[in-house]
Amino acid sequence: MTIDLVLFLGLALIAVLAAIAMIASRNTVYSALFLVFNFLTVATLYLLLNAAFIAVVQITVYAGAIMVLFLFVIMLLGTERESIGGRIRWQMPLAIVLGLALAGELAYVLLRNGIVQGLAADLSTEFGSPASIGRVLFSEYLVPFEVTSILLLVAMIGAIVITRKLRREGK
Amino acid sequence: MNIPPDYVLTLSGILFALGVIGVLIRRNAIVIFMSIELMLNSANLALIAFARTFAPAQEALRGHVFVFFVIAVAAAEVAVGLALIVAIFRSKESIDVDKVSSLRG
Repeated sequence: MTIDLVLFLGLALIAVLAAIAMIASRNTVYSALFLVFNFLTVATLYLLLNAAFIAVVQITVYAGAIMVLFLFVIMLLGTERESIGGRIRWQMPLAIVLGLALAGELAYVLLRNGIVQGLAADLSTEFGSPASIGRVLFSEYLVPFEVTSILLLVAMIGAIVITRKLRREGK
Repeated sequence: MNIPPDYVLTLSGILFALGVIGVLIRRNAIVIFMSIELMLNSANLALIAFARTFAPAQEALRGHVFVFFVIAVAAAEVAVGLALIVAIFRSKESIDVDKVSSLRG
């Protein structure tokens, strides 16, 4: 058992526990913070998988911007607490059983088939660096990149329009 | 790192299933939304694992680029989704998904 495997198993355990804690927390703020924890763990896994640029993007965009937006809305609405369990009584046990069955099947299929064997042992630090990704992004994927900027603009305008107070309606 | 990619893919599958469970058992719209983020994130993990598998080839970087786009789309999705949740809260005074069933006949 190599040190890499020990490191991976530890990180995997932390990620899974953080995800479970996120689902199970009664307080929505705790859920959001556990999700941040999960994102940081996955970012560390990205670093181990030679994806330095994506790891940093994960931390800044996901764990930073997106989760702050979540926390902001949670505190704005004041809906930190909620009751678990809906009107349908058998929904929760059924959902847990089916979800665990899905996890088991995915794990079984992925581990049994052995989709890929063997990795390139030593990879240069060039792979996955910001420079190499930028080169691909701005040559081969230039048009999708520009379309993404329009998508973000549309999302921003949409958010403003949806949450705008309709003044005329009130009168 | 010298661990089999299968393990990383399995972890990604487990995280995805946990996201599905979160969507199904929670009633709070914001937590459901966070579970969806968890699922997107697990898909990203699988893409990065595949990119590492075919690593020395320059084409493998396309996995990283795809993850970059997924993160951008997730950011846009969160902006619109949270705006919708705020709008629902304004009219219903609640974000419990059981209470947002007005379309039911």
